Amino acid sequence: MGNRNGGRWMGEINGHTVLFLFFGILTCLFSLAVVFSANVVRMAFYLILALAATSGLHFLAGADFVGTMQLVLYVGGTLVLLVFGVMLTAQNPFISLRTAGGDWIVAALVGGILLVILVPVAFQIGLPPQDAGDIEGLTQREAVASSEPVSVPTATRIGLGLLGVPGDDVSGYLLPFEIISIHLLVVLVGAAYLARAKRKVVVRQESQNIAGS
Amino acid sequence: MSQYLISHWGWYPPLVYTLMAMLAASLVLLVIAGGSVVFIWMERKVAGRIQDRLGPTRVGGKFGWLQTIADGIKLLSKEDLRPEGADAMLFRIAPYVAFCASYGSFIALPFATGWVGLDINVAVFFVVAVLGLEVFGVILAGYASASKWSLFGAMREAAQVISYEVPLGLCIVIPVMIAGTMDLTKIGNLQSGWFTNWYLFHDPFTFITFFVYYTCALASVNRAPFDLAEAESELVAGFHTEYSGLRWSFFFMAEYGSMFLVSALGSILFLGGWNGPVPVAAWIFGEHASQLSGFAFVLANVLGLMAFILKAVLGVTVMMWIRWTLPRLRIDQVITTCWKYCTPIAAVMFVGVISWQLMGLPNGGDVLPHHEQGSRRLPGSLRERPFETGDALPSANSVGFESEHGEQERGQVDG
Repeated sequence: MGNRNGGRWMGEINGHTVLFLFFGILTCLFSLAVVFSANVVRMAFYLILALAATSGLHFLAGADFVGTMQLVLYVGGTLVLLVFGVMLTAQNPFISLRTAGGDWIVAALVGGILLVILVPVAFQIGLPPQDAGDIEGLTQREAVASSEPVSVPTATRIGLGLLGVPGDDVSGYLLPFEIISIHLLVVLVGAAYLARAKRKVVVRQESQNIAGS
Repeated sequence: MSQYLISHWGWYPPLVYTLMAMLAASLVLLVIAGGSVVFIWMERKVAGRIQDRLGPTRVGGKFGWLQTIADGIKLLSKEDLRPEGADAMLFRIAPYVAFCASYGSFIALPFATGWVGLDINVAVFFVVAVLGLEVFGVILAGYASASKWSLFGAMREAAQVISYEVPLGLCIVIPVMIAGTMDLTKIGNLQSGWFTNWYLFHDPFTFITFFVYYTCALASVNRAPFDLAEAESELVAGFHTEYSGLRWSFFFMAEYGSMFLVSALGSILFLGGWNGPVPVAAWIFGEHASQLSGFAFVLANVLGLMAFILKAVLGVTVMMWIRWTLPRLRIDQVITTCWKYCTPIAAVMFVGVISWQLMGLPNGGDVLPHHEQGSRRLPGSLRERPFETGDALPSANSVGFESEHGEQERGQVDG
């Protein structure tokens, strides 16, 4: 995470850099904590913190919508994980999870490959453009946050990109989006059906028992 | 203000920004902490009056003003207990998680035009997202306490809050859709003028939506009759059974903070936010009411702030009234209310408001003659269109109705 701040950037440490490093280091630390803790609930807790710090990075980059999405989807998704963790470990059979040696090797291999791909990409992107805001001591983020330059509503662009801009020939992603939502709906209905069918059988048995007695 | 300090006093800019950030943060903290002190006192008085008692009368004079302070001192001096089987780290940190979630969502809540911690253009979304994290604190508390009562409370809370996010989100999308923006400041300003401009009176559907929103908000901040996570008559005290002293009070500050927050959010989305029922500012300042500066701006904002706080406190008071009037629901009734009533009603209201807009029916703002205000003519908002003529909408405006998620952007398409 901190790669891009090494070397050339050391000369100009401003608020933006400090905050970037802060959130970057937090993300790294909490991610490591997820890996090294053995309790499911604590893992979920650290995962939430890591994801929240990542959304801080998004906000810092001026991507309000993506940052908030991160909070809603990932952190909210982890909430469900946490709930299951609590449900499972409340009775103490899974209170601590030990990872087998083979799993470590596979995980390290996959993680290493991902790192090898990501690091060169991170260096290829290079430095962000220096805005006019930087000259007067304002950091980029503060230039965005201050009222004078109107901040671009990122949600608008994302929404238009999703729908396709009217008038243009760009079709957008409406059809894939609808297909995915129908798919999710079917899955939800299926899950509800399965959960319900089981209960019905139980009820019938109970009523038979009552009738028999 | 920060610009002033930098340019006139020659202060080191990062220092100024840090100071300003700290100032804003402590102001918000003051709202929560001071607010909960007042609300707890108010809750006692309201509860007392509803039960035909007087409530606190002794501490601090006739009305028992200082009762909460006295309680706070008592809580401070209590021993910080921790059950033996508890997960120490999570047990300690859970109250702060709950509090931080409540506190964090105040960042994006505007208190008047321009008086906001962080003016982001997805403020509605941000507030709801961060407020939803409060449930983490409760679940962690319930799990880490190593107590059956706490765990029961936490699991109920999880089921309840996850369920109620759905209708709550649907209700919030409706004003966002009418305004064409997710920026709370803009949504508030769009409702200036007569009270008929408030989205509550926009059309019959929004009127019903407000009450659905209020019900869902009540459930999502875990207040009676939806306070199953505490349920003191069956679960001792629910998720905070094992807590004492200051950690316990953090849960309560989070709860009262969230109550204020959802009321404030509701007042911005439906009740015109910081705009009074009559366009006083427009009478005094005429044409320039939207472009005030200097002292007049501050004065108008202070008035707006008072109106806003009044509305939010009114919302909180109604929450207290409901708490001491209605009995607690069972968990299955809570879930039934959510999925069989709130969600379908909210969905129908959503479709209804879309149809209302599509057919170009007159909305509440057309009933009374309204003053032309620049703030109501924000670029990229639905209001930009001449609704008064009752014409069918221009064809370009119907673009974007295919998807629910495109609704918010529809306004910007025109602009």
